[in-house]
Parts: sequence; C-alpha cells; structure tokens
Amino acid sequence: MTVQHQLNSYRTGPDERGHFGPYGGRFVAETLMPLILELEQAYADAKADPAFKTEMDGHLKDFVGRPSPLYFAERTTEHFGGAKIFFKREDLNHTGAHKVNNVLGQIMLARRMGKRRIIAETGAGMHGVATATLCAKFGLECIVYMGAVDVTRQEPNVLRMKALGATVRPVESGSKTLKDAMNEALRDWVTNVADTFYCIGTVAGPHPYPMLVRDFQSIIGIETRAQMQAAEGRLPDSLIACIGGGSNAMGLFHPFLDDKDVAIYGVEAAGHGLTSLHAASIAGGRPGVLHGNRTYLLMDADGQINEAHSISAGLDYPGIGPEHAWLHDIGRVNYLSATDNEALAAFQLCCRLEGIIPALEPAHALARVADLAPTLPKDHLMVVNMSGRGDKDLASVAEHLKGKL
Amino acid sequence: MTTRIDKRFAALKAEGRPALVTFLMGGDPDHETSLAIIRALPKAGADVIEIGMPFTDPMADGPAVQAAGLRALAAGATLVKTLDLIRAFRTTDDTTPVVLMGYYNPIFIYGVEKFLRDADAAGVDGLIVVDLPPEEDEELCLPALKAGLNFIRLATPTTDDKRLPAVLANTSGFVYYVSITGITGSAKPDPAKVGAAVARIKHHTDLPVCVGFGVRTAEDARAIASGADGVVVGSALIDMVKNSLDGAGKAGPSTVKAVTGLVAELACGVRAAKRVAAE
Repeated sequence: MTVQHQLNSYRTGPDERGHFGPYGGRFVAETLMPLILELEQAYADAKADPAFKTEMDGHLKDFVGRPSPLYFAERTTEHFGGAKIFFKREDLNHTGAHKVNNVLGQIMLARRMGKRRIIAETGAGMHGVATATLCAKFGLECIVYMGAVDVTRQEPNVLRMKALGATVRPVESGSKTLKDAMNEALRDWVTNVADTFYCIGTVAGPHPYPMLVRDFQSIIGIETRAQMQAAEGRLPDSLIACIGGGSNAMGLFHPFLDDKDVAIYGVEAAGHGLTSLHAASIAGGRPGVLHGNRTYLLMDADGQINEAHSISAGLDYPGIGPEHAWLHDIGRVNYLSATDNEALAAFQLCCRLEGIIPALEPAHALARVADLAPTLPKDHLMVVNMSGRGDKDLASVAEHLKGKL
Repeated sequence: MTTRIDKRFAALKAEGRPALVTFLMGGDPDHETSLAIIRALPKAGADVIEIGMPFTDPMADGPAVQAAGLRALAAGATLVKTLDLIRAFRTTDDTTPVVLMGYYNPIFIYGVEKFLRDADAAGVDGLIVVDLPPEEDEELCLPALKAGLNFIRLATPTTDDKRLPAVLANTSGFVYYVSITGITGSAKPDPAKVGAAVARIKHHTDLPVCVGFGVRTAEDARAIASGADGVVVGSALIDMVKNSLDGAGKAGPSTVKAVTGLVAELACGVRAAKRVAAE
C-alpha cells in the first residue's frame, strides 16, 4: 500500500461507495443490500434534519450524562514523570462506556425508519447493555447475540441485559466469541428483513455503518477539543485509545485527524503475544474481506478467519474498522499493541493511583501510556480515552491474578 | 461465449423439463468421499453441480451448511483442494456444468486473476459468491466474465423491480432466486409466491431462473420446479452426508449412496414438473 503525505484532509472519507482508500465497501448478501441502501438514505435524511440533532443532543445530555469530563490524571502523571495525562471519562456515561453514544444515534434512526425490532452483537456486553438500555427507554424489542464464551466471562452484563428486558442469545457456532455473534446477527437480519434494525456496535461492517458509527462517536473528540482548549488553552499533543473494532478510538481521533501536530496512537490487543494467540489485526493480520468490509483481518494462508484471543472480550475480534486500516496505511495513526499481562498491570495501577477501575479494554491503552509518557516533556498534553468502566471485568481479573487483586 | 451451463439449459429446454441443481460442500466429509459423491451425481440425476468452497464464517448459511464447511476444513480442505476436486471430476465428465459457490475472502486471498485462471483450467463453469452484490462487481464479477466464466447472481424477495436490472446486468448462466428471506436450509418456500417471483424476474431477463433455499423433498422439488427453470437442493443433501457419518465423523460405506439416493428421488420430482413459467 502506498503512503500518501499530501492529503488536504483525512476527514473526507468514505467515498460514495463506502471506501476508505482500498478498505470498506459493501460485501453483503443481496438480501441485505436493499436494507443497507435504505439505511444510507435514512441517515442522509436524518443528518439534514435539524430536529434529529436537537433531539439527540437532548438525550445525550439528560439520559447519557454528557459531556463526559476530561479529567487530569494527576497521580498517573506524577508516577510516569513525563507527559501531562488526561482521561476522557467515557466510563462515566450512563451504561458505563462509550457504546451508548452510537446506540442512541442508531436507535433514533431505527425509530425514524419505523423499525420496532432491534438486533445487536456484543463481545464484552457493553454494546449489548447500551442497546438493551435504549430499547427499554424507547419501548423496542431487543435481541442480543453474544458468543457463548463471552456469556460466561461477562456474566454481569448478561444479567444487566436481561434485567433491561432484552433477549440474550448465546452463540455456539465457530469460536463462540464476537465474530460468531456478528455472523448470527447477520443471519437474523437476512431472515427478518421487514421489521428489524441491525444496531452494529463498532466502526465496522458494510457501508454506511463505519461512517455512521464514527459520526455518532465523534462527540468524544469534539468535546475533548473544547475541554482541552478550556483547560490548557490549546489542543492536546497526543491521543491514545484501545482498538478492537475501533469505535472509541475513531470517536476520539476523527475530529483531530487534520491537526497534523497531534500525534495519534491506537492500541490493539496482543493477547499472549504477537507470535502467539492475539487479536491485533494490523500488527498480525493482512487485508481481506469479512462482515461486509475489506480491512485487516487475522486469517490463515487459505483466507480462513483465525480465532482472536484477548483477555478483554471487547477487543477479542479478528478484524478492525476499515477507516483504521486506511489511517494505518497512510501513516496518520500509529498502531501499537499491548499484551494481556501488560493490560492487567495497567488495570491495577489505574485502580490504585486514580481511584478509577478501568475496563480491560482501555487498560490496553494505559499499558502503552506507561512507555510513552515517561519519554515526553512535562508540557506534553496526552489524552487517554477511558472508554469504559471495569466492574464487569473484576471476576476475570481476579481469576487471572489468582487472588492477588 | 457458450459455456456448459448455457448448453445444459438449452438442452433441458428442448427436452421440456426443469433442471435439478445440487449443492454439496467441497471436501465434506473428506476429499476422497467428496470426489466420489460428485462423480456419482450426474448419473443419479443432477443436471448442474454446485460445489461449496468452505469458509469459516458463512454469514448467509444455516447450521447444515456451516457444519459441512467446518467438517471439510477440519479434513484439510482449501481452495486449492476444491479446485483439485473439479479437475479430477472433469477427467470422467466433460459435460455436466460445475458452479463454485462461497464467500469472497478465500478467493481474494488466493488472488483473483490466478483463481480465475486456475478455476477455468480445472473445468469450472460458473461462480456464485454470496457476499459480492452488484455494487462490488469490479472485484470479481467483471474479471470472471472476461475470463469466460459465468457469474451467477442471487436475486431475493428484497430485490425489487427497481433494483432487478442492476442485479441482472452482469449476471450470466442462470439467475439463482433465493425463495425466502433467510439462511440456507430454513423455512419452506410457498410455491405460488415463488412462481410469481420467477415470472417477475423473467420479465427482466431471458436467462434461466433456478430457485433454491428450503427445498428438501421430491414433492418440494416438483412443486417449485413447476414454476421455474430449475430447482436447487443443498441442505437436505448435506444432511444425508451428515447422517451417514460414523461416531467419529468419518464417512461410512453408505455415504455416497445416501446422497445419490436422495438425488434420484429429487430428479423424479423435477421430471414430474411441467414447465410453465419457463416459457
């Protein structure tokens, strides 16, 4: 892939066919194609309707609790002795993660389109919880597909979804994790085309999903710009976020892509290590086609998709959003990775230094902050996306630390 | 260019009957048994043979086809070996059309140009790639047509009259009408609705229209084939493979016969159908 240094803007994608450079697209069965075109039209209409934004802003403020704070992580800053570290507190949103920003937008679209049955896939369960929450709020039927392995390791979220009135369908096919949940959700959608809206949880899938999820999550970066201006009188010097599909990262990054002086880091899950089982599609994969888009994927020499591994169920996916694939190729975003053990260490550090229990997902980003921050000057402003809270992970963390929690 | 598919449908039209199109997963339950099944299909009554290219994540397929793909992969199937199956079949049969059906990623990784060259050389006549709608024609459809292979498109109940011309534009060989909104092997289609849908498609094209998804018995085949140029049966045949396996999942002495037995029944059903909509 060629490196282009002379782009006027990194924020113009996708093109009308859903491409970010060679990535993205609409690789779906014919049955779904008319539905995807209908969604694209509905989203274009909603964007042009000021009432849509007004209603969304109201729900973001009063139901989600936005804006989320940009918090100066003073003791973490002192601990590393370098960059001045801020956390963007998406963990403080209602439902405990960034996922709700996107779900709110998609559920409002579903309502405009007259769809009463909502389906979703979930890994860690945060997207499932957010979807179940908004379906409860708006009185919609909610069915969440979740890999059977994830149902076991994220039990608190399964209970939350059930309490909110959603049906959780454990997926027993394939590796029984997020990719298989997505397969089953697509199979449901192909079967129930007339009344069903598929609420995808990340910046992946067929066009227009990567675009619309990004747009709904961009509130993270938009707020961060204004908050950092207010706090420090200027933009941050660097941004860092964890990446599974990459929606929290894209939401933070996208409003800054054209600010060339802002360094941007994405952190993939390196599992047991990049030469072993992991979930780092960019570091350990190559371009292929799955779940409606072309992007970096973990696969074998025959193009069969490999099972991903991460201690974090939310990062346990063998692909990455197509816009991230493109931002990697053109060199605008620097993609790093962190192992299970590094994330666990960062998790513990964050709990004790800041009084914040982070989800294992953003703990991956914190793990790389540990390398980057000490090398940077004290006036370097670094924003870490604290994409979710870690209550859901306590049982699996305790198990990995064998009682040394 | 006239392919084996074109020739076969022209011959069946002259004969005044619809086609029986059989779908089985390449390499299921193992390479040798799969080859033996494919070799036995024409004599049992299959007019067109569809062979699935195994894929780990078949998003439009039901449990039977999913499991067949995983059995084949566990037995060592690859796209190279699927092409080997067709090459071996062609040493004993040079007339029965063979269509490869599957998902795009294994082809993309194999390399589109190389795949088309190798598929053509192996004796493949057409391709059905589930996750390549007309919006992605530049990926494989147009190169395949250029290479002389048929590119068979799926039309579905959600493909309305406005969209049909786009779906049919680069389609060749035949049109595969998916009779239900759903995954393979699920609900049974309503023959009356299917007949009307085939008539609607035929308003837009001269290509033969074959109908699949949910056809399991000779009676289903007769009923559906009455309103179409052909009927596709897949999951029911794959179930015959599965049910013939021993406790360890290995093919037994009855595996080939179990499949050809059902194919023969289905062929009787298809032959009992009168051609109506085909004219």
